[in-house]
Amino acid sequence: MTSRPNGEPLVRLSGVNKWFGELHVLQDIDLDIARGEVVVVIGPSGSGKSTLCRAINRLEPIEKGEISIDGERLPDEGKDLARLRADVGMVFQSFNLFAHKTILENVTLGPVKVRKKPKADADKRARELLDRVGVSAQVDKYPAQLSGGQQQRVAIARALAMEPKVMLFDEPTSALDPEMINEVLDVMVGLAKDGMTMVVVTHEMGFARRAANRVVFMDEGRIVETAEPETFFTAPKSERAKDFLSKILTH
Amino acid sequence: MGPVLENLDLYVDGFLTSLSIIVVAMVGSLLLGLLIAACRVSPVPPLRAFGTFWVSTFRNTPLSVVLFFCAFGLPELGINRTFYFFGVLGLILYTSAFVCEAVRSGINSVSAGQAEAARSIGLNFTQGLRYVVLPQALRTVVPPLGSVIIAMFKNSAVVGAFGVGGDLWSTGQTLTSARGYETLPIFIGVAIGFLLITLPAGAVLQVIERKVAIAR
Repeated sequence: MTSRPNGEPLVRLSGVNKWFGELHVLQDIDLDIARGEVVVVIGPSGSGKSTLCRAINRLEPIEKGEISIDGERLPDEGKDLARLRADVGMVFQSFNLFAHKTILENVTLGPVKVRKKPKADADKRARELLDRVGVSAQVDKYPAQLSGGQQQRVAIARALAMEPKVMLFDEPTSALDPEMINEVLDVMVGLAKDGMTMVVVTHEMGFARRAANRVVFMDEGRIVETAEPETFFTAPKSERAKDFLSKILTH
Repeated sequence: MGPVLENLDLYVDGFLTSLSIIVVAMVGSLLLGLLIAACRVSPVPPLRAFGTFWVSTFRNTPLSVVLFFCAFGLPELGINRTFYFFGVLGLILYTSAFVCEAVRSGINSVSAGQAEAARSIGLNFTQGLRYVVLPQALRTVVPPLGSVIIAMFKNSAVVGAFGVGGDLWSTGQTLTSARGYETLPIFIGVAIGFLLITLPAGAVLQVIERKVAIAR
């Protein structure tokens, strides 16, 4: 485990509220994430953890409260929002690689069209990143020709190519076969060790123990408990967390 | 087929005029339809409302009425052009509504995750549509769009009936009513003229469909 970073928070959520119709999915969320910090968000399904993650780059708009990244409030729509999203990497549960583009094109699209990098530079950087996540042999294939684990590692490379300030992971291993989970987690642990700021929605406790600075436990739209991973898993304070952990730890 | 061969030069002229109406209207309605479809899926509410209004207007009005407005209504507003211009304009407006809906069905067939991934790497709405969603949408859109375009080819005969002289339909009309030829052979000739356009178009569509399918 790395030491707890300090300084101005990179991501700040204050008084965030969101409703899906009648359902109050995010209730008065306050959360600061420091530069270089790795936060794991955990909780039962329907607790709002994915919505929280998606709200940080406004894939889910919020009704009340404020989210800011690097001191800048999330813009509502338009060019400013697109610019800010370019600085926030996102990895989805279902990978969402661009199905009509090759692996290399998936990684270079953002740098070329958004960052206006010359194609040759973008290609070179993309190959380095794909090498780093271990899929450099597949650059000319299409996403459907890769395994889930490989696709997810490409998705991580695609996000990294934008040189983001923070990376969001929305249940990145939940759609993977068990034997592919570790190859993705290893890449994520490497990123954490390199000092990337990360928000990770996951149930992978091994990852939380190895890489996280903090665990945030959510239930019914609220943050119930925040603690260091070891403390949280061995001595949770809230009844709800004890109950949740007893259910996922017995297997 | 004597009457057809006797007037072959008229038929060739008619064929070429119909072909030019069709080509201009095809390019025009595809571009306009694409634009309207972009409006209909846009995050900007006034654009969405405009797109919906456009489609409900032109999809639900008979082509003959749209042509009537173009050919006789627009001159009353001080816009004076040839019947050819008004005819093609009416056909483009009418067809664009159907193109829009075919394209939109394709856009809806692309999973929402693709657009989310596009947004999350910082592409704006237009870029996401252009580089990520539309290229995938166009694959599923080829068959329905083909039907819309072929229907437009045939609708070009209505434009001819509206006073655009010299297209295939009016060639047949002139030959039977002004020159007293029998209807049957003359209009079989007209039908053949249209088939010479629509059948190759169908073949081209199949080739396109196969091409985009391979890249999947």
